[in-house]
Amino acid sequence: MSTATASTLSHGTATSLPPARKPRPVAEFLSTYVFSKDHKVIGLQFLFSTLLWFLIGGLLALAVRWQIAWPWSDVPVLGKLFAQQGGQMAPEFYTMLFTMHATVMIFLVIIPILAGAFGNFLIPLMIGADDMAFPTLNMLSYWFMWPAFLLFGASFFVEGGAASGGWTSYPPLSTNVNSAPGSGWGQTLWLLGLTMVGVSSMLGSVNYMTTIILMRAPGMTMFRLPMTIWAMFITAVLQAFALPVLTAAGFMQLTDRMIGTGFFTPEGNVVNNSLASTGGGQPLLWQHLFWFYSHPAVYIMILPAMGMVSDILTTFARKPLFGYRPMVYSIAGIAGLGFIVWGHHMFMSGMNPALGITFMVSTMMIALPSAVKTFNWLGTVWGGRIQFTTSMLFALSFVSMFIIGGLSGIFMAATPVDIFIHDTYFIVAHFHYVLFAGTAMGVWAAIYFWFPKMFGRTMNEFWGKVHFFLTFIFLNGTFFTMHILGAVGFPRRLADAYHYETFHHLQPLNAFLTWCAIGMVASQIIFAANFFWSMFFGPIAGRNPWNSNTLEWSAPSPPGHGNFDFQPVVYRGPYEYSVPGVEKDHLMQTDPPNAVAAAAVAAAH
Amino acid sequence: MGSRLGGIFWSLIFLAVPVLGVATFAIAPSYNIWLPKNVSEHGSSIDGLFYFILALTGVVFIATEGLLFWFIWKYDAAKAKGPATYIHGSHTLEVVWTIIPAATLLFLAIYQMNTWADVKMRRPAMAPTVEVVARQFEWRLRYPGRDGMLGTRDDLFLTNDLHLPVDEDVLIQLKSMDVLHSFFLPNFRIKQDAVPGMKIPVWFKAKETGQFDIVCAELCGWGHYKMKGRVTIESRADFDRWLEETYARQEATQPAPEDTVAAAAD
Ligand code: HEM
Ligand SMILES: [Cu+2]
Ligand SMILES: [Cu+2]
Repeated sequence: MSTATASTLSHGTATSLPPARKPRPVAEFLSTYVFSKDHKVIGLQFLFSTLLWFLIGGLLALAVRWQIAWPWSDVPVLGKLFAQQGGQMAPEFYTMLFTMHATVMIFLVIIPILAGAFGNFLIPLMIGADDMAFPTLNMLSYWFMWPAFLLFGASFFVEGGAASGGWTSYPPLSTNVNSAPGSGWGQTLWLLGLTMVGVSSMLGSVNYMTTIILMRAPGMTMFRLPMTIWAMFITAVLQAFALPVLTAAGFMQLTDRMIGTGFFTPEGNVVNNSLASTGGGQPLLWQHLFWFYSHPAVYIMILPAMGMVSDILTTFARKPLFGYRPMVYSIAGIAGLGFIVWGHHMFMSGMNPALGITFMVSTMMIALPSAVKTFNWLGTVWGGRIQFTTSMLFALSFVSMFIIGGLSGIFMAATPVDIFIHDTYFIVAHFHYVLFAGTAMGVWAAIYFWFPKMFGRTMNEFWGKVHFFLTFIFLNGTFFTMHILGAVGFPRRLADAYHYETFHHLQPLNAFLTWCAIGMVASQIIFAANFFWSMFFGPIAGRNPWNSNTLEWSAPSPPGHGNFDFQPVVYRGPYEYSVPGVEKDHLMQTDPPNAVAAAAVAAAH
Repeated sequence: MGSRLGGIFWSLIFLAVPVLGVATFAIAPSYNIWLPKNVSEHGSSIDGLFYFILALTGVVFIATEGLLFWFIWKYDAAKAKGPATYIHGSHTLEVVWTIIPAATLLFLAIYQMNTWADVKMRRPAMAPTVEVVARQFEWRLRYPGRDGMLGTRDDLFLTNDLHLPVDEDVLIQLKSMDVLHSFFLPNFRIKQDAVPGMKIPVWFKAKETGQFDIVCAELCGWGHYKMKGRVTIESRADFDRWLEETYARQEATQPAPEDTVAAAAD
């Protein structure tokens, strides 16, 4: 185990060690674990930070659910913490809760866990590079998350509380400081926090694109890349093109609030009996700009999971991916179409209804690449030899759940039907099926799958399966029932809807949902315990515990600085499982060519 | 759990998805957890489209989830003999499962257009029946009064208590004074955001008399949840009588509030 041989073997850019110098423990600790430029450490930093915020976001969700199930009753724990009217929650507190729940989950959990944690950890390893193209930029992309953490975190404690205008922050509610308590400092900090997340994402995105284009190992052509990398690549492109629009819009909202630019404020706007000092703007402009980013962003929040699930499915079905190229093209199709569907969030907004028709057509068409992907996943499982690992169960459930989220999208794409279900729980059901039942389940699949590479040990399978089982049951109990709430027209974002004749009978169902949600969050204790216990005491994993094909499995677990202790050379695509005539049932991308295998591969293509 | 038993157990979990999914939708209506009663003319075509999409997606849901279950069941490594099928895809299948969904989705989009145009584009040629001005957290209503014109001295002002005639086209002029709101009439399958700075027309024809909810469906601040109104649908005769009585009451209590008229007029 000599570092010298490792670094001479790994290719060009590896930093050569300076001549022996007295170690400085503090500085060394800081540069290894804190201000590290190693993509793996940065990936883990993202992972730990986002998992912590996942917990916070989950608790916020429970508080939201508490109010919906038992409005105006004393909130356990949180009620005391915020000391409100003797433990019961005020309606403005409720609006703040769901705003910050969505904000935390979207901007501090899903986006950074996919791109930041898994993108960072996996990209160099899966393409056979020793690190990212720009390690310093990479480090900065993590450290720019901290101002965001602090800004969002601090906003809970300013006067008026955190932002409460919804994660969509529609003006004038969000721009007029008189319109809601959270529209004061809370909203300003929210906008600043969002900008910081944007800077972080942008730094990550340029890095991922450059790395994937320039730093692939010899033999790793674009069409030998694993789906995870394709997905990360296209996601990075999406980020790079969509994000500037959100950043600009955020600044416009900020100046509207701070110096009265009035981009989004119409003439003669009277809020809370005070006349706005400026006008000449249009509230709908914000919606266009916001969704121009945020629709592509929903794909930023799922494409990497789709990629990772594809890799996991093939590994545990012991079978090549069905339709590799259609899979790549459909990701590209989703990304391309993703830029021309934003108006489907605005069918009821007052936007020209004729424009609504064009957005309906483009939105219907975006369901097509999603369908193609689903069929190819089914094709991948068909004829496989399925190994029921925890990771596989989560990956299979991703497919099963994504079907539900994709199909509910069609109801909402249909403009006449959307008249009734827009802003109801049907929409809430839809995006939780794609984001929680889809992406979060995909993330768990990925954690169980790559944990051995991250920490050199495997997680406990038994408790993993218990975690899967409980999460799967409770999540469907929570979110499937939201469809039928939506069918009644039960509106989202209401602190108490039971005083409406139409909704008065829905409290028992909502209580059921809340119980399921509590169960779902509680089940994560099992996950957390398994995660931390296995980090230190799990069984030692070899390089390739799952007999998988991609490059990262030929590196040590965990890989040292510089990743590979040999120069990886790629001979084939990532999905050569169960090749006829080959002794073992998988051919790694790095396995040297073998005459029998080569003949079999050639015959099949 | 690497045994066959594990495979059976997990397959059944995935089978539960379509089974319980369909069951939920099948049972919900009997608990009245379903589309609320529709009382507008266009509402039945919206409901029809909803059911059409429900049937279509239902078939796809059962088929895909069923296949997933079947494959998981059948290709359990502990059960299936020999190695996995070595196949990288199929051109024919890709073409089939691209063309058929593409055609279906395109058809689905075209099939929606007429109803959408009826509800949001083919506005009846008439003067507004009533103006609805949303503000935190109430619905301010203004009827044109005897002269049939909004913005004149005889306008009638009310809050949250909307009355409309049955079996006639009604045209609502929707505005907002402050932030966004959304005018949601669940029983009429009507929803339209109210946007400050815009005058948005909303129209429908009620088929039945009765009292129904007006819900605010767009977050408008802390009191969003209580921004509730009621709409009363009555016969033309009852409606006219109600207008007269309310007008008389307004005249008796106070003369037409001049400043409000001026402020609300544009
Ligand atoms: C089959 C493809 C899909 C279609 C046709 C579709 C369609 C739609 C439509 C029409 C809306 C707006 C509904 C409304 O507000 O009335 C919507 C909302 C939403 N969709 Fe999708 N969707 C699809 C896939 C996805 C995916 C893959 C994600 C995320 C990973 C996603 C995330 C969301 C979110 C977060 C919202 C709600 C935003 C909000 O109002 O807060 N959708 N979708
Ligand atoms: Cu969208
Ligand atoms: Cu409201």
